Amino acid sequence: MEYIILITGLALILMGLYGIMYIKNIFRIVIAFALFDTGINIVMVTIGYLRNGMAPILDKMPTEGTTPAIVDPVPQALVLTSIVIGLGVSALMLTYVLKLYEDKKSLDINSFKDLKW
Amino acid sequence: MLKKILILFLLAGVGLIFFDLFQSYQSASELTTTAKYYADNGAKEVGAANLVSAIVVTYRGLDTLGEVSILFVTAAIISFVLKHKPEEEDKNRVIKPASEILNTATVFLTPVMIMVGIYIFINGHLTPGGGFQGGAVIASAVLLIFLANPKFHLNHSIIAFVESISGVAFVVVGALGLIMAGGFLDNRILGLGEFGTLFSAGALPIIYIFIGLKVGAELSNIVGILAQEQNIKN
Repeated sequence: MEYIILITGLALILMGLYGIMYIKNIFRIVIAFALFDTGINIVMVTIGYLRNGMAPILDKMPTEGTTPAIVDPVPQALVLTSIVIGLGVSALMLTYVLKLYEDKKSLDINSFKDLKW
Repeated sequence: MLKKILILFLLAGVGLIFFDLFQSYQSASELTTTAKYYADNGAKEVGAANLVSAIVVTYRGLDTLGEVSILFVTAAIISFVLKHKPEEEDKNRVIKPASEILNTATVFLTPVMIMVGIYIFINGHLTPGGGFQGGAVIASAVLLIFLANPKFHLNHSIIAFVESISGVAFVVVGALGLIMAGGFLDNRILGLGEFGTLFSAGALPIIYIFIGLKVGAELSNIVGILAQEQNIKN
């Protein structure tokens, strides 16, 4: 099971990378960044997986000397942070897309050559 | 043409690295030292059933404070970049009214969605979820309002009030931990209570409520600014 999820995550990263480099429409580039983000989050959660582990939510206080059979909660907490940061980055990029469109009336990345030489 | 070939080449290289990663991956059979500490002592020390919440709010609460600040800075930058004067607004813009289904759904669903969001962040220490998720659900309710009525005006002074009050309260509760308990953002300023009940885990639910309100206000603000952009004359 964890292998399927790992493949999904890695494939999403590759798809995002392809989109960032290949697609011309800047809106779609933002979506490609979001895909890239999601893929990395999935891979991070998979790395914290423990065979036969449960979700890190306990139903009763663990008895002294035993470790509850849960997956690693640390990557999940980090991914929670990462999702929020990803959302902020996406919102910021969409704002810049709106501004760029206002300026040139075009969404094609090739029409923005001001910083190119 | 050369560019396409280079892109394919790069993708193949990254794919090769990923293939190697995939082949050497094996799910762990026991927890790492840090995770084992949290699993053994998290419930006893923090009193939260949801260990992820315990880590996010208590053990690594300072990270969460930074995260909330990043969201705040994002919202501030967006409102700065998309700033418009009121006279630039196109008063005569005709918008096709939303369909009957969307209007009815908005009336029915908005209160329910806000309630679900509040439920998610109040129960963040017991069930999956927490402040960020609950705040995002509340912001999606605001987004639904904007879908039904694009000319809806969000009251920015209320949002700024909620946001700043909850931000200050988050830091104050954290600083109280410095005086009354072990350190900054320590949740033991209140009794830990009975494990698994609503009034447990000390100050953790209180902090999560403030985070939820703050995130909800910030995301609603972002949605509102982006939605108002279409009312501007071009």
